[in-house]
Amino acid sequence: MSKTYYDPADLRKFGKISDWNEELGSKFFEYYNSVFKDGALSEREKSLIALAVAHTIQCPYCIDAYTGDGLQRGITKEEMMEALHVAGAIRGGASLVHGVQMMNKVNKLDG
Amino acid sequence: MATKSLHKHKSDLANSNRQLEILSNGIFQNGELPTFKDKIAETNQFPLKAKTLEILQINVGYMCNQVCEHCHVDAGPDRKEIMTRATMEQCLEVIKNTEAHTLDLTGGAPEMNPNFRWFVEEASKAGIKDFIVRSNLTIIRANKKYYDLPEFFKKHNVHVVSSMPHWTRGKTDKQRGDGVFDKSIKALQELNAVGYGMPDSNLRLDLVYNPSGAFLPGNQASMEKDFKKALMEDFGIQFHNLFAITNLPISRFLDYLIASENYEDYMYQLVEAYNPAAVANVMCTNTLSVSWDGYLYDCDFNQMLELPVNSKVKHISEYNEELLEGRNIVISQHCYGCTAGAGSSCQGTVA
Repeated sequence: MSKTYYDPADLRKFGKISDWNEELGSKFFEYYNSVFKDGALSEREKSLIALAVAHTIQCPYCIDAYTGDGLQRGITKEEMMEALHVAGAIRGGASLVHGVQMMNKVNKLDG
Repeated sequence: MATKSLHKHKSDLANSNRQLEILSNGIFQNGELPTFKDKIAETNQFPLKAKTLEILQINVGYMCNQVCEHCHVDAGPDRKEIMTRATMEQCLEVIKNTEAHTLDLTGGAPEMNPNFRWFVEEASKAGIKDFIVRSNLTIIRANKKYYDLPEFFKKHNVHVVSSMPHWTRGKTDKQRGDGVFDKSIKALQELNAVGYGMPDSNLRLDLVYNPSGAFLPGNQASMEKDFKKALMEDFGIQFHNLFAITNLPISRFLDYLIASENYEDYMYQLVEAYNPAAVANVMCTNTLSVSWDGYLYDCDFNQMLELPVNSKVKHISEYNEELLEGRNIVISQHCYGCTAGAGSSCQGTVA
């Protein structure tokens, strides 16, 4: 049997983290559930944000969870992919914007 | 996309006993997940008992012009099980005498039964408060002989309930077949044109949403809002309510779950979403399902699994409301589909 760090079945055991620290675990899940409720942003919008963030932090559990959540909400694959491109654009932009720092350094040292 | 029923393919899963075996073995046999019986017993809800009859649901035949991926009936053009006029006459006797407030005709495509119109005309005279026909929409555009169905429904004050898995073409056609979305849109526009689904209209038009894959339906009210917005903006279509229905793991949907290796995960989802409050209102407690050949079942799903009512009365010809009331509902693991989240019934959520 192959050994991996991630097991998809572990996602459904997420709640068990409270077993070893009931107080903090409960506080976390209470907070978590509150975050995703309809507010100034809709639950649907929050689900798409979560999906994009899941890809940014590359969390396999979160990707599974928020792909499923999106499907349940009727979010289309086109909407999901656009959300991912937002994540991709910010990630790519975060690298490239540092290009200014590189350019400044080059100009200073060798301008 | 399938073009033939599991029955026509002589698939293993066309056999209801095989389906029941799958639903009782594996993760439910080894104790990984609790059986439905054990689960409802935890909250002292076993045995489930039938209450006063409110909804009489009649399946007038398994023939359909579509072969939908998720269909629990395994309906299709190749199915020949059709209710005869003699059985319809037996049903009419019951319809005239029952105190049930809702009559619900389903199929297959009920309109394909050659005696459908006669049956609707006769049944509508009984004065039942809510007379539902579950129409797949495309039948209205399938052949000239069906083009006048919107007018026919209107004449008999039929409440039209129609399936629509999504407001986009791709997801709809994936589940229901190529071209289904466009035909459904046209049919909805025609229903709107005669007054169905308009905001103050008494001509009720409701849509049924069921997921296009191995996931549970989202919040019914939110989905309704999204459907209304999209169908209005894109096509000028109006309707009254959206019923979110969970796909039950039987027949063609079970076949899909197994083939796509989603069966265990789906059963986990259903069990984890189990809601004891939904158990109190599951539709089998106030509904009776009549099959094309007149036999009685607790619901349309049990009909397809060939699990008849647990009562001395087995057939519509010997119908006796008093004897049927209080009967123990026949259950298996597919019942988790009706108790997940906000619950699920032919009328949408129950909790």
